[in-house]
Amino acid sequence: MATTTAPPITRTKTREPLVGKRIRRREDPRLITGTATYVDDLKLPGMHHAAILRSPYGAARIKSIDIAAASKHPGVVAVYTGADVKDVGPVPCGASLPGLRVPHHHILAQDRVYFVGHPIAVVVATDRYIARDAVDLIEIDFEPLDAVADPEKALAPGAPAVHPEWPDNTAFTYHQAGGDADKAFAEAEVVVKQRITSQRLIPTAMETRGVVADYNIGDQSMTIYSSTQIPHLLRTLVGLMLGQPENKLRVVAPEVGGGFGSKLNVYAEEALMGFVARKLGKPVKWIESRRENYTTTIHGRGHVDYYEIAAKKDGTITGLKVKIIQDLGSYHQLLTPAIPTLSVLMLPGLYKFQNVKAEIVGVFTNTVPTDAYRGAGRPEATHGIERIVDMLAAELKMDPAEIRLKNFPAPEEFPFNTATGLQYDSGDYALPLRKAMEIVDYMKFRREQDEARKQGKLVGLGISTYGEICAFGPSPATPAGGWESAQVDVDPTGKVTVYTGSCHHGQGEETTFAQLAADELGIPIDDVIVGRGDTAKIPYGIGTFGSRGTAVGGPALYYAIQQLKEKIKKFGALLLKANEVEYVDGQCIDPNTGKSVTLAQCAGAAYRAMKLPPGETPGMTATYFWEPPNFAFPFGAHIVLTEVDKETGRIDIKRYVCVDDCGNILNPLLVDGQVHGGVAQGLGQAMYEQAVYDDNAQLVSGELMDYAIPKATMMPWVESSHTITPSPVNPLGVKGVGEAGTIGCSPALVNSVVDALSPLGVKHLDMPLTAEKIWRAANGAN
Amino acid sequence: MIPTQFDYAAPATLDEALGLLAGDGAKALAGGMSLVPMMKLRLAAPEKLVDLGRVSGLRYIKEDGANIRIGAMSTHHDLESSALLAAKCPLLVQTATQIGDVQVRNMGTIGGSIAHADPAADWPAALLACGARVRIASKAGTREVAIEDFFVDTFTSDLQPGELVVEIVVPVDAAGAKSAYVKVHQPASGFALVGIAVHKSNGATRIGVTGLAGKAYRAKKSEAVAADPDKAAAVVAEDVEANSDIHASAEFRKHLAAVHLKRALTSLA
Repeated sequence: MATTTAPPITRTKTREPLVGKRIRRREDPRLITGTATYVDDLKLPGMHHAAILRSPYGAARIKSIDIAAASKHPGVVAVYTGADVKDVGPVPCGASLPGLRVPHHHILAQDRVYFVGHPIAVVVATDRYIARDAVDLIEIDFEPLDAVADPEKALAPGAPAVHPEWPDNTAFTYHQAGGDADKAFAEAEVVVKQRITSQRLIPTAMETRGVVADYNIGDQSMTIYSSTQIPHLLRTLVGLMLGQPENKLRVVAPEVGGGFGSKLNVYAEEALMGFVARKLGKPVKWIESRRENYTTTIHGRGHVDYYEIAAKKDGTITGLKVKIIQDLGSYHQLLTPAIPTLSVLMLPGLYKFQNVKAEIVGVFTNTVPTDAYRGAGRPEATHGIERIVDMLAAELKMDPAEIRLKNFPAPEEFPFNTATGLQYDSGDYALPLRKAMEIVDYMKFRREQDEARKQGKLVGLGISTYGEICAFGPSPATPAGGWESAQVDVDPTGKVTVYTGSCHHGQGEETTFAQLAADELGIPIDDVIVGRGDTAKIPYGIGTFGSRGTAVGGPALYYAIQQLKEKIKKFGALLLKANEVEYVDGQCIDPNTGKSVTLAQCAGAAYRAMKLPPGETPGMTATYFWEPPNFAFPFGAHIVLTEVDKETGRIDIKRYVCVDDCGNILNPLLVDGQVHGGVAQGLGQAMYEQAVYDDNAQLVSGELMDYAIPKATMMPWVESSHTITPSPVNPLGVKGVGEAGTIGCSPALVNSVVDALSPLGVKHLDMPLTAEKIWRAANGAN
Repeated sequence: MIPTQFDYAAPATLDEALGLLAGDGAKALAGGMSLVPMMKLRLAAPEKLVDLGRVSGLRYIKEDGANIRIGAMSTHHDLESSALLAAKCPLLVQTATQIGDVQVRNMGTIGGSIAHADPAADWPAALLACGARVRIASKAGTREVAIEDFFVDTFTSDLQPGELVVEIVVPVDAAGAKSAYVKVHQPASGFALVGIAVHKSNGATRIGVTGLAGKAYRAKKSEAVAADPDKAAAVVAEDVEANSDIHASAEFRKHLAAVHLKRALTSLA
């Protein structure tokens, strides 16, 4: 049941709407037949190829670089090192925090390298193989230095200094408090404490990054093709780095094979290829190998958190204290220091306690920078609160569902103000939990669990009730503007192109936005195409991340269409010689005569412009920039049933049930896909994935042979369903669903396994739940 | 893939292939499921690849009296789907189904796999358990070696320069034979953290173990006490220097070997 109602959509149509239907993705045929164009498919005339020499050390001084042999290698066009690019602006950090230490992040290392993978030199050659061969001919005299990869070790006295100018390895400390946590803890009847980690992960988009840069000597214009989530922001920021005027810089994001936040960034290679293209006056291509992807593209998570929760004996939560140690890596990428601040905002989860005290210590380590990865700060916070609430329930011998239901705000308390300063837009948090409990037949399971335990079986049930900040976001709360743009063009023949600034890259807006536009304009979906990802075609936009594509880009499109419909009607009235017309099913109708003209006729008249409606301009196009009044806050409940083999540590997922509330649903098929994919990535964190650095800051899990992303055969059947609580903050009533599965999954899974092992005295397990970890825990050793 | 530069030859006959392999720096390509990734990472940089994919007469599975002869270029999928093996040496079918994924099984070959001598590959355990022999050819002629003598060390087989695995010979199962291959997958690569092959035929039990040590081995101490699964399990990894990496410690690998051997023996009892 909806607790809040969205503003009604004015549907000027009579046919059945496409919105809400399970329409197959229109983009899929080209993707699955190999006819889509990714960066690596681009072949520009005279194009050169680049390969990059990277640091094999976690920390080292560069005593000398000899490029003579590489430069002379047949087919090599140029070799550039740090000295050549020292005047290029630094890789930007868009986040600002009080007292933040920002190391100067050159696009190629100067006299020192800070992580394995740090780019040192670029070879440009006539083909990719020659470029790669010549990389091996560059001679570097390194002086290896002590390195540190573990954030807690980096904070210890005497640890190697990642940046010599800051020997404490601390980039920032950040405090936020709401209410009076000290008082809550002083008065608490029970306090539970736990160190909870969210291990470092590697995003692993199917398409690695890649850049093609082209420079036109004639008009000094540059084009950068990049596998990015944010073409416009990239244009602005790379333009500034290179001193390339933004109006002479075009950025194109062709087909993008997944991002998950890892392409919500500005990377050294994007500016580097622009530099090379301009220097040589030739197009140049660089395609990241998987090994490079793992050692240079941002990683995610990297939290060591210390949780303390205060409560009354009846299970009422009264306060939370958390210290977050955030592994930042060696540099700040675009949003690196901001990510843990999102964790702080989400610390209370779905619970209504009002006393929170949080501290973040941002730590430099000799590793790849961390940044936004699917969920970006919220999975870490959700994992923490959902684990510690389970531990509190265990301490109080309460049912984990009951303690959650007891601490949710009531539906009538919305909009609900949290202790961390958010206003949750709408919700009924008990609703998805009760539904999920019904699906798994909760009470029956608990009875069966008792029986199974008597037979020595280790069976568990884990709950997570999550909330997330989505629809990023109101501009004042974001580093670069939180609005989104849309443009609708009707051609003289009545065909429609909608452009969105939200640069979707696999999410499916090519389908959902076409559904929306076809409904709103009352035309066949095949008459609509959705354009994206090219700054030469599309009004300035922000991009797709933080579950904002539909929740912010969608409303922008909605309003652009409403604006355009007014213009269509004016031309319709002109053609019908009527005072006013109705717009229904793609036609303007004179209600007095019943006569009608089509959208195509109106558009044709607008471009031919023989006569114009009073005060109207020619052409048939509308542009809208929409600023959201608030974030949107999806929520849901995931319940996982597991059985653990005590002898082998194997976890068998018996059932995976999720009930997600993402507000209104434009296309249930795509929402299913988002939930399934999100759960897969949450499961990856919970059970398999970990970026492992050794004591010398070497990345041990540096290939897919050692970094375990879940395969299809490792996935449980996901029983996905929904409750629908429309968001009041946008006219579509949508909330966003891109990250829900990831956020909801990991705590449910870990809670389930801890529940299974609880008869053996296990109270907590850190991720990933490898077989060996489970075996040790189940057999009394840690 | 951006390997170093190499020459490529695709001979049509075994004789031609052996001639090409007799030269310096030549490496046989027999599916490429291990060699190509190594070349991609530049861990291998052969000067010349001799692709065996077009050599006729190396891809067959046929019965020959008391033996089954398997051409070295038979793919894992060929073995997985062989009705002859299903009837007369099902251990190999069971093992084949657990190798890699469908794409790997369609490309990878049994000869290429054993020649690579990966200590975590699946075939060595199964071939040790069923008492296979390997036929090896070179310009100088052919020879046959017992599978136990074929695996010398980590990534090192008994193959000498210029030699090629051409055939694997396994005995036909006796009436009433039983076998099982149990594998714990390394979650990233799909290779065996531990793989245990058990073959019971004519009252004798042979046990092959892969993934655990620097090379696959026969667990002879366990074989001797195979009638008692607990005792057999207790000695399966005795005196073995077990592998240890980010996926499993030596201690856990040894433990898994014991648990799965016990379970396999119990299920075959």
